[in-house]
Amino acid sequence: MSETVRMSPAQGAAANRGARRFAVGRIPGFGAATWAFFLFLYAPIALLVVFSFNGSNSATIWSHFSLDWYVKVAANSDIQRAALNSLIVAGVASTLATALATFAALAMVRGGPFRGQQLALSTLLLPLIVPEIVIAIAMVIFFTGIGLSLGLGNLIIAHTVFCIPFAYLPIRARLDSLSPVYEEAAQDLYADNWRTFWHVTFPLLAPGILAGLMLAFITSVDDFIISLMVGSAGTTTLPIYIYSLIRIGITPQINAISTLVLLISFIFVSLAWLIARRSEASP
Amino acid sequence: MTGPARLSRSGIALALGPALVVVGLFLVVPLLLVPIASFMEANPWGGVRPTFSVEAYVQVLFEEDFTGELIFNDAYPRIVLRSLALAALTTALCLLAGFPVAYVIALQPKSRQGILLLLVTVPFWTNLLIRTYSWIMILRDEGLINNGLEAAGVIEEPLRLLYTNGAIAIGLVYTFLPFMVLPIYAAIERIDRGLIEAAHDLYANRRAMLRHVVLPLARPGIAAGAILVFVPALGSFIAPALLGGGKHLMIGNLIQAQFGASRNWPFGSAMSLILLAAVLAVLLWQAQRRRSGAWQP
Repeated sequence: MSETVRMSPAQGAAANRGARRFAVGRIPGFGAATWAFFLFLYAPIALLVVFSFNGSNSATIWSHFSLDWYVKVAANSDIQRAALNSLIVAGVASTLATALATFAALAMVRGGPFRGQQLALSTLLLPLIVPEIVIAIAMVIFFTGIGLSLGLGNLIIAHTVFCIPFAYLPIRARLDSLSPVYEEAAQDLYADNWRTFWHVTFPLLAPGILAGLMLAFITSVDDFIISLMVGSAGTTTLPIYIYSLIRIGITPQINAISTLVLLISFIFVSLAWLIARRSEASP
Repeated sequence: MTGPARLSRSGIALALGPALVVVGLFLVVPLLLVPIASFMEANPWGGVRPTFSVEAYVQVLFEEDFTGELIFNDAYPRIVLRSLALAALTTALCLLAGFPVAYVIALQPKSRQGILLLLVTVPFWTNLLIRTYSWIMILRDEGLINNGLEAAGVIEEPLRLLYTNGAIAIGLVYTFLPFMVLPIYAAIERIDRGLIEAAHDLYANRRAMLRHVVLPLARPGIAAGAILVFVPALGSFIAPALLGGGKHLMIGNLIQAQFGASRNWPFGSAMSLILLAAVLAVLLWQAQRRRSGAWQP
């Protein structure tokens, strides 16, 4: 305030107005709380990454920079097998879930209002509402009851189910924002349903589908409790393997694997975000 | 509105059918099996025997003493209560930490909101197990906090930070914070800025503005955030398993153990139903409030 006193009245008023518009709604302490929030959110992850480059055996006392743990990770055949399992399950399950979710979203949005629509939506989103641990034990009871033990196959079925809502939501959002005029134009030109979908709807929907696919993929890669319960001896995925390592003891090797898994997530989330944002600009 | 782009009834069935069949067959049917399994006898080698029994529900409250008489056992009710308390504490802490952030982001220029929201959501998409593990590094006896304090000469013996209820709470808050920030942000972002300016013009101080303008309008977001945090926190497994030391500290761990080492599927199923009932009660209560208009200012 003392600054404005020295200015001419007109200047002071202008500065005041500018300052006021900026200050309206600002709450003292909230800015600091926000910085603290982001620190709280990211500092643990940053520390984990930093200590993956630690030269000593300790995950908490820094000695010197080294890539030894990454070399060990790369040479560990158990990790490679777990990573391969994770990729197979996530690749197949997210693709299946995205395909199912795409057609489901089309029916929900382009089908207009129909009977049972709310029930259908609740069913599609059910995996988000039921606690994961309950989904896990229900599937264990089911698979045991019908005697289905396909190894990775069971895991793929389970992952497909809980990935459906994660694929559905971004596809649905994209479809909601798409005007139906393009599809109507195609149909006016005597394109049948399938051709309309393939040549018009699908290309327009592609950013949403891609975002959904990526989110489904990381949801699957990150899953722990359902994989732990539904999985069998040969189906160890990366999170299960990391969990078993943590139970044995804390070493920077866990940090190194974790950093690699984090990197995958960061890349996929950023890509999904960029695709979604770019597509906001296009029709 | 019956434009040519609308799907026919058979088109709807064909497009929606596969997803519904998959979720129905592999999730709805399994969920329906849980109550059935809870009324069966446990097979000590895992699985159930197809004999009707209410043993699992008796076990929730009672145990047999050596004479075969049932005596009240508070071990499991205590786990349920601890889970409810930890989930409630987590929700409160998330609200406290999340509200200012949601408010600050909502008042940023549009261009900056996108990147800030991405920063809030990225941890949600990263591996939960890994994020929880990072807290082991920080909290354990030779962890970063204890090492730091010892190096600074503040303490001589390491503080017991890991394997406590406090550690579980930190892990849960860390896990679910984004769920609180996003819906509150969405609610505040919709508030007409003119209202905030009007409050200011009418000489409301900041606290009055917050209390009488922002909070009432943000309430639907707060309610949604509370549900999104409370429900998954109640059934969480990883944070209590890693930061609480892996004993039966919350319902999720208790259920998992019944399908693992304890091999008591009916009891695990019964506990799952108790968890589901708690979740449903919260959701219905919230829906009731919304219908009765208690959310509206």
